[in-house]
Amino acid sequence: METPLTAKIRPDGEMIDLAAYERAGGYQAARKAMQMAPQEIIEEVKKSNLRGRGGAGFPTGQKWSFVPLGADAPRPKYLVANGDEMEPGTFKDRVLLEGDPHEVIEGMIIAARAIEAERGYIFLRGEYTDAGQRIGRALHEAKEKGYLGKNIFGSGTDFDLRLHMSGGRYMCGEETGLLNALEGKRANPRAKPPFPQVSGLFGKPTIVQNIETLCNVPHIIEKGAEWFQKLSLTGDGGTKLYGASGKVKKPGCWELPMGTPLRELLEKYAGGMQDGVQFRGLLPGGASTDFLTTEHLDVPMDFTSVAKAGSRLGTGTMIILDDKTCPVGMVHNLEHFFAQESCGWCTPCWSGLHWAEEILWAIETGRGTPADLERLEYICKMTAPGNTFCALAPGAAEPLQSALKYFREDFERHIREKRCPWRDGQ
Amino acid sequence: MLTPEEQREIEEETAHFPVRRAACIDALRVVQKHRGWVSDDAVRDIAEFLGTSSDDIDSIATFYNLIFRKPVGRHVIMICDSVSCWVMGYDKMRDHLKARLGVEVGQTTSDGRFTLLPVVCLGACDRAPTMIVDGQLHANLDPQKIDEILERYK
Amino acid sequence: MSKIFVDKKAYEVNPKQNLLEACLGHGLDLPYFCWHPAMGSVGACRQCAVKVYRDENDTRGRIVMACMTPITENMLVSIQDPEVKDFRAGIIEGLMMSHPHDCPVCDEGGECHLQDMTVMSGHNYRRYEFRKRTFRNQYLGPLLNHEMNRCIQCYRCTRFYNEYAGGKDFGPQVLRNLVYFGRAEDGVLENEFSGNLVEVCPTGVFTDKTLKQHYTRKWDLQMAPTVCAHCALGCNTTAGERYGTLRRIVNRYNSQVNGYFLCDRGRFGYEHVNSARRIRSARARRDGQLADIPKAEALDRFSSFAAAGKMIGIGSPRSSLEANFALRALVGPENFYAGISDAAHRLLGEMLAILRQGPAPASLLQIEHADAALVLGEDVTNVAPRMALTLRQTVRQVWLDKAEKMRIPRWQDHAVRELAQKDHGPLFVASPYATRLDDVATETHRAAPDDIARLGFAVAHILDSASPEVPGLPEPVRAQAERIAKALQEAARPAVVSGVSTGSVAVVRAAADVARALAKAGKPVAFALAMEEMNSLGLAMMEPKPLGEALEAARRGDAQTVVVLENDLYRRAPAETVDALIGAAAHVVVLDSLEGRTTEKAELLLPSTPFAEADGTVVSSEGRAQRFFRVYPPPGDIQDAWRWLADVLGLLTRPEGLSWKNLDDLVEAVARTFPALERIRDAAPRASFRIAGAKIPRQPHRYSGRTSMLANIAVSEPKPPEDPDSALSFTMEGAPVEPPAALQPFFWTGGWNSIQSVNKFQEEIAGPLRGGDAGVRLIEPAAGSAPGYLNTVPAAFTPRSAEWLVVARHHIFGSEELSANAPAIAELSPKPYVALGAEDAASLGAAEGAAVEVKLEGGSARLPLRIESGLPRGVAALPAGLGPLDGITLPIWGRIELTR
Ligand SMILES: Cc1cc2nc3c(=O)[nH]c(=O)nc-3n(C[C@H](O)[C@H](O)[C@H](O)COP(=O)(O)O)c2cc1C
Ligand code: SF4
Ligand code: FES
Repeated sequence: METPLTAKIRPDGEMIDLAAYERAGGYQAARKAMQMAPQEIIEEVKKSNLRGRGGAGFPTGQKWSFVPLGADAPRPKYLVANGDEMEPGTFKDRVLLEGDPHEVIEGMIIAARAIEAERGYIFLRGEYTDAGQRIGRALHEAKEKGYLGKNIFGSGTDFDLRLHMSGGRYMCGEETGLLNALEGKRANPRAKPPFPQVSGLFGKPTIVQNIETLCNVPHIIEKGAEWFQKLSLTGDGGTKLYGASGKVKKPGCWELPMGTPLRELLEKYAGGMQDGVQFRGLLPGGASTDFLTTEHLDVPMDFTSVAKAGSRLGTGTMIILDDKTCPVGMVHNLEHFFAQESCGWCTPCWSGLHWAEEILWAIETGRGTPADLERLEYICKMTAPGNTFCALAPGAAEPLQSALKYFREDFERHIREKRCPWRDGQ
Repeated sequence: MLTPEEQREIEEETAHFPVRRAACIDALRVVQKHRGWVSDDAVRDIAEFLGTSSDDIDSIATFYNLIFRKPVGRHVIMICDSVSCWVMGYDKMRDHLKARLGVEVGQTTSDGRFTLLPVVCLGACDRAPTMIVDGQLHANLDPQKIDEILERYK
Repeated sequence: MSKIFVDKKAYEVNPKQNLLEACLGHGLDLPYFCWHPAMGSVGACRQCAVKVYRDENDTRGRIVMACMTPITENMLVSIQDPEVKDFRAGIIEGLMMSHPHDCPVCDEGGECHLQDMTVMSGHNYRRYEFRKRTFRNQYLGPLLNHEMNRCIQCYRCTRFYNEYAGGKDFGPQVLRNLVYFGRAEDGVLENEFSGNLVEVCPTGVFTDKTLKQHYTRKWDLQMAPTVCAHCALGCNTTAGERYGTLRRIVNRYNSQVNGYFLCDRGRFGYEHVNSARRIRSARARRDGQLADIPKAEALDRFSSFAAAGKMIGIGSPRSSLEANFALRALVGPENFYAGISDAAHRLLGEMLAILRQGPAPASLLQIEHADAALVLGEDVTNVAPRMALTLRQTVRQVWLDKAEKMRIPRWQDHAVRELAQKDHGPLFVASPYATRLDDVATETHRAAPDDIARLGFAVAHILDSASPEVPGLPEPVRAQAERIAKALQEAARPAVVSGVSTGSVAVVRAAADVARALAKAGKPVAFALAMEEMNSLGLAMMEPKPLGEALEAARRGDAQTVVVLENDLYRRAPAETVDALIGAAAHVVVLDSLEGRTTEKAELLLPSTPFAEADGTVVSSEGRAQRFFRVYPPPGDIQDAWRWLADVLGLLTRPEGLSWKNLDDLVEAVARTFPALERIRDAAPRASFRIAGAKIPRQPHRYSGRTSMLANIAVSEPKPPEDPDSALSFTMEGAPVEPPAALQPFFWTGGWNSIQSVNKFQEEIAGPLRGGDAGVRLIEPAAGSAPGYLNTVPAAFTPRSAEWLVVARHHIFGSEELSANAPAIAELSPKPYVALGAEDAASLGAAEGAAVEVKLEGGSARLPLRIESGLPRGVAALPAGLGPLDGITLPIWGRIELTR
């Protein structure tokens, strides 16, 4: 089984430096890309059917094709790597950032070539201090070698790449919130249209791409779209970094073919549930995805199939709920997070999520009423996609609405018994 | 007043943006790196250095959670309170820390050694529960391990 | 025009507007908060949700925010769909989650947009039962009150204050449901337009602190349309009264003039009307003291002076055309003098001549649309403040145009700002000192007035070599002139602004030459000249003689009686000059509303009306004649100056006096006498105007206690006072329909109790009021030949040793006479000072705050020194209109010495 993204990562957890990276074939793709026209690169990525790994799954090549190219295009253009990774339960980009920073950089060099961007930023979570140091080192190495800066690889084009450490907010991961944060503003989202590809960072054409997405790019260029397609078990191309956390025997992160079935992930890679606990459900791709339960275990983990099952692949890192953990408490924890991270721009989000958090806490602490469940459902409706300004609140509604569906009896029991059955010890 | 060192570091950041003010989050981080937190005076100095107003800088400083607008202890413990850690026993770790340090979350120990703060998912969910102390990650926590870790920070 | 269908009904709409604007423009009730007609859409509140449908077969539809939705041809929309109505009710419920529901004690109560929208959206009872978030309020200065618990997080305040008005000392803090709108710390809000927050904020977070001193509900205010008395722009305002006190000023929309906003001087300067220094009855000098006398006696005395002959009249730029005209009639045109300094008179005359020859004066709306602007020698913020807010918008025009080309609609406010970033369109500001527009200026030019004029002439010459060349221009200035000329030339709609700030005819002429060169090149140039007083231009149009000649007349013995109309002459000329004039006269009659240095010198003092108690017509610096109407009848013997004068004419059995029965008669007389003022007849409907036989009520229909107001005196219902001068009545009865804009006493319609109901009175959103905006323009572009150039390039400024050219520096708060009598404005006024550049201060050996002696012809004073780094060498500045040297006309050469 091929694991192109993680193959170079050292088992001892140390970062792979430039020399080792090159020895393992690194930067060949970038060299190759320098011989390709931007359009060619975009075409290859389009053909590969690479879809964004940041959560939304938008086709990457298509996104690039919206950037104006050529002499008349506004300048400078920007490429931003989204390394904010603040989605609770998500820990995949960290693996790549710490383990193989050159892969991210190489992916960015190629992507920058494709959209003719002369400036790039790696937007990194403020808490990722180790990753920050390693990227800093890798950037330095790449610059020394002439892979970054002026006239990279002697190609005649420039690419200046900077690391920016975030001030810390979940909204910095949302691509337009990220742009505002990079501009030193409050990370409120921006209206779309206009899309960043047309008017983004500092008003110029900009592409924002997830770290994992970018790491795929060198391999696509090096080995071709067809090879990439074949890595996958389903229509969406490539491999995927999957992860599992919660009370499983072997929590972790694994690179596997796109479309690996849930059950296989859970049983084979995560080692099944810990002794003494039973599986009840999971969030398939981070906190802002709908719960799936036992009935969904045969779903292949790709964008289309998970959507069909009523959830989203999201980041592909699953959070597992067991029978010794209170679903109401878990949802309260999630909504506390979302309410706290609401940027405060649009009403359904800042008011609705705060209200939801209060209600969930009331239920959890034995003060809930049946009307509260209706109100929670109403809040989910108010925060549906399109009703809010950005996707934070709709994301927040996903675990809530699905919990109300799959774990309704648990909510009702809290209300009936005026207590949390898990909290007061069983 | 910003120290020459701080000024130099902030100046370096501004070079990478088309407008000077865009470096304000970096500037806040620089000051915090040197002083542990960002005082009203520092907000004013940063504003002046970047050619904007304190109100503008404060609007930013109060938005981001890694910028401390109040003094903190010598070491800052940020314990992850997000979902995976919660499932894996965050409550117990938090209560243990509170008891050991004798503070509530959000407070600083009376000897000024530790400040205990919450933080969202640290991206180490497979090693939950987790916390960071002065930016350094500590994972797979249990009460005993916490005690050992605290001993390392004087 | 495009066609859309809202709830199955077809509407013709302007395709450049968004869906919310289109709906509101047709009178449809769609609630909103974050959208503002002047500031566009940002989609934050989500209150304006509607459903749109793909086609007839689409039954489910999709919820969209109307304010963020462009119009498409034949689009299908529903406001009434149950699902979207429920959504809007949910939004308001969320907005109101932590609202204190303190309407009874809230100044906004009864005219609150939040109340209106809450009722409109159908949210009646609070269901949120958890702890509300609460905030600490801040002290924001004497103008505004802060009550943050009422905040609904619509972001309008910061969008206005920071983004639209360029304020720096305010902003949003924190996030989620805890966003706080305030300052980094307590303190006076610095921006000169802060008062607009009262109207911009849809609830009671920012309220008028001056209103608070004498609070009254909107429905209990008697209101009338009036015109701001504090500069020459003629912003339209609504003034409200209760129990004989003027309670507040709010904006009165006029699409051509002030639009939705006022400056703080205009909003808060009104309290001079309530001053304890008001003159409330006629007074005459007895044993050296002024003592009250009956009205009849006052008129007798006045007419006996008049009968004796040799009477001169001194007019006023802060009095109406009618008042000035009545004085002119009484004393005869040959004895009618301008009540301003000779230099100001000359400058004003020059400005009038220039505007008449063209380019004609631009409206503020026209200036706002300019895509490049040159401000030559004018401190706009401090002289004509509202125009500064307008000029601030010009720097965005280039980007609004570019955005439109990229298919980003102009109303997509943040998208346009993000595209533009800090990049501004061209704005050049030349001034002897720093101005408040410098922060958005492409380039500034600091120089003495003559050098500013030279820069202007140089720009004109580059634009058109037929205009005079400027010899000996230093290379950097020439290069700057090139850049300015290039920017103006490349602009589609350039603007040129100058005015009275520098007191320099040369500067105004240079600005005119630039404007003329642009006009000659076929550009639709927006040209404006800032003037100081409410009727500066109107006075000039009545062709009074210069004040200096009045002194000569007095010396000759031809001024036995001097009649001073609403004017403090000590602000117009050095004290010794005024003393000489007054000393040479046998009788001095003063008409005014407030005690001052000149009223103290009167032998006979007649109480006239401040704007709120007066009717009249004034001509703004745009050449727009506008009528203002009294809010309430003046108490006691107080009456309009023109009435006092007409009464005297009547006693003298002069024909005018006998025929002038009401304001319309005077308007008619003015119009007949001055062809240039002929059209003032159309400034507002006549007093005989009726709607369905009824007058227009100044009191709203909910006005309470009208029939019991005097119950402590008598229980019989008094007859409301008559108003012979206008079609407005002092009652709550009358025609409940929309009057012509000039007579609109307040904006209020069913369900729309706040000032935002103005939407319901416009032809389209942000367009003219239905039936046309108030006022008539008197100076329109002359047809035929283009005006020539003025050809008067001054020599370069050369600093003198031991002498300084002392220029005036205007202050929005303090420089204007009437508003300086409002306590809140007085609190913000600077203390007298003299300013020097850093090098000059150093050459004097004086530090900031040092006491220096300023010796000018006409007076000297010891003043604290202010060091202003930008002031050119050899130039000093004194605050205009305040301090011990306020009567000396600037600029003037003088000595400045360090006192030991
Ligand atoms: C609230 C919110 C937070 C997000 N956080 C992240 C993040 O941390 N990392 C990320 O790559 N994408 C995040 N996204 C998705 C981004 O908006 C964007 O879709 C993504 O960076 C695009 O990259 P991709 O196409 O490569 O996935 C977030 C979206 C939302 C709405
Ligand atoms: S949904 Fe609204 S309030 Fe929430 S984060 Fe997005 S824009 Fe901000
Ligand atoms: S008015 Fe449309 S979202 Fe606020």
